[in-house]
Formats: sequence, structure tokens, C-alpha cells
Amino acid sequence: MFTKILYILAGILLIISFSKSKSNTKKALRKAWKSFEAILPQLFTILFIIGLTLSWLDPKLISRILGSESGILGTLIAGLIGALTLIPAFIAFPLAAVLKANGAGTMQLVAFISTLTMVGIVTIPLETKTLGLKVTLIRNSMAFVLSFVVAIIMGVLV
Amino acid sequence: MKSTLKKYRVALVLLLINIIVLFISPSIGKESFKIVGKSLIDLLSVVPPIFILLGLLDVWVKKETMVKFMGEGSGIKGILISFLLGSAAAGPLYASFPVAQVFIGKGSKLSNVLIFIGAWSTTKIPLLLFEASALGTKFTIIRFLLNIPVILIIAFTIEKLMTKEDLDDLYKISEIE
Repeated sequence: MFTKILYILAGILLIISFSKSKSNTKKALRKAWKSFEAILPQLFTILFIIGLTLSWLDPKLISRILGSESGILGTLIAGLIGALTLIPAFIAFPLAAVLKANGAGTMQLVAFISTLTMVGIVTIPLETKTLGLKVTLIRNSMAFVLSFVVAIIMGVLV
Repeated sequence: MKSTLKKYRVALVLLLINIIVLFISPSIGKESFKIVGKSLIDLLSVVPPIFILLGLLDVWVKKETMVKFMGEGSGIKGILISFLLGSAAAGPLYASFPVAQVFIGKGSKLSNVLIFIGAWSTTKIPLLLFEASALGTKFTIIRFLLNIPVILIIAFTIEKLMTKEDLDDLYKISEIE
């Protein structure tokens, strides 16, 4: 649904752009393709890493490691898994729901979701190319630490 | 041709590993290829409008306009715009990096670019919808509220830690592209 809105928006703007200037629209599309092509090699790398890691993932085993009694260590492991792996949202959230149903604790789940969405160890080379090494390293390490802060607060609140 | 091969060498090695896995453990190897295929389709269905918008932005939005809305001195307005743009996105976080690069190239303030990236990573509307249906509305709202200060803290701390030279380097990377 949401993606449809983006498609419609892009489509409308593309038509407006085309009616105003053919050559500019061509330039825009060329830029779009070039930007996409630039990340394509990393994209395939990322996809294979996702496939190879997720194919032997067992929700039952993970939820045992991340159970609500697993405490700080379980939270730390959850955060590390989230930081190291790349799991698309359409797999991650159903997985999180399964983990919860199998007994994973709130703190552990939040640590996992937070680092999964904010920290990307595998994508560091790609991020460095656009934001530089310094920004990339600080951003990822701060996001990692703050993920645990959020996890602890939510562990108390929820 | 040779350079293309070089660019894709890591991906090719991983493809090879996956094929080897397929022979050693057919069920895991097959599952892996299935996940790769599904993720690729998922990605390709989300990403095209993002890159088209990036292209249009690059061509049509003048540098001065970008500076006015997201540059130095854009203040609260710049923060809000960055936050809303990031939240309105779709696709994985790494798809935000090329967009961030265009923003920087057009003279957007670094902290605003980082707020955009932060919002893209955690307060993205499609993600919130997924999260609410999987883990409940209360969980999602509390996490959303806690993540807003997290995004701001990261953005402002990094901006503070950047020296003049760091920033010059960063703006240079974005201009060459």
C-alpha cells in the first residue's frame, strides 16, 4: 500500500518533469540508474549474506537463547545478532513475533530490532563510500550502544 | 568487462559458496537461494520509485533551495523536513545512502542528513506498520517515542565531532559523484 503511494508520487513527478523538459527528465533517469548501479554489487553481496545466514536460522533455538530469563547476556547476544545480520523487514517482524511467542523477552527483542534497523556491520563499506569512514563508524557505534539503552527502558516499561 | 567482474567478485564468491552449500546440504542451499530470490524481488519492488525521486531531486531541486530547507540555518524546519522525508521512505537502510549523498551534495546540513538516515532506519512508516502488526501498537508507539531522541542525539553528536577538514572531505566525496 505504502509502496504504491511512492510509485504514484514518482510517476506523477516524472510526468510533470517530462512535460517541462525532456532532456532534464532523461538526465534524472540516468542519475537514478547510475546511483542504483553503483550499489548493485554490494546489493548482491548483501542478498547472499542474508540468504546464507537465514537459511540455517532456527526460531526455536534463537528464542531459547533470547528468553526473558536470559538477562543482560541474552540482550547483548540479541543486539549482536541484529547488528551483524541483515534481515529484510518482511522476514524480521514475523520472526520477532515468532520469537516472542516462543518466549523471547521484551528487552532482548527490542535490542534485536533496534540494532537490526539502525546498525549495519555488513553495509559499512557501502556507508563509508557515501558518508565517509568517520561518520559511519560513529553512527554505527552510537546506534549500537543506544539500542541497548532503548532495550533496557522498554524492558522496564513494557 | 574485467572491472565489472572485479566489482562483483565478492558477490560471485558468495554465489559459489551458496552453490557448494547446495551440494553439501541441499535443503539449506535451496532455502538460501529461495531467501535471496524473495529478498531481491522484495527489494526491486520497493526501490525503483526511491531512485527515480533521487534522480528528479538531483536535476530539479536547486542547491539554493536545498540549502534553504535543509542547510545551515534551516533550524527546526530543517529537522522536521529531514525527519518526515526519512519516515516517508521505503526500503532497507542502505538504500538511503545514495539519497543522503545527493542531500549532502546539494548543501544539506550534516545533522539533517543524519536525522534523515535515522528516521529512515527506525521511524519509517512501512516499518512501523509491520512492527505494529507483529508486536502490537503499544510496543511500536513506545519504541517510536524512544527512538526520536536517539536519532537526534546521534545526529547532533556526530555533527559536533566533525572538524572543518572532515566536513570538507565529506562534501568533496559527494560532489565528485
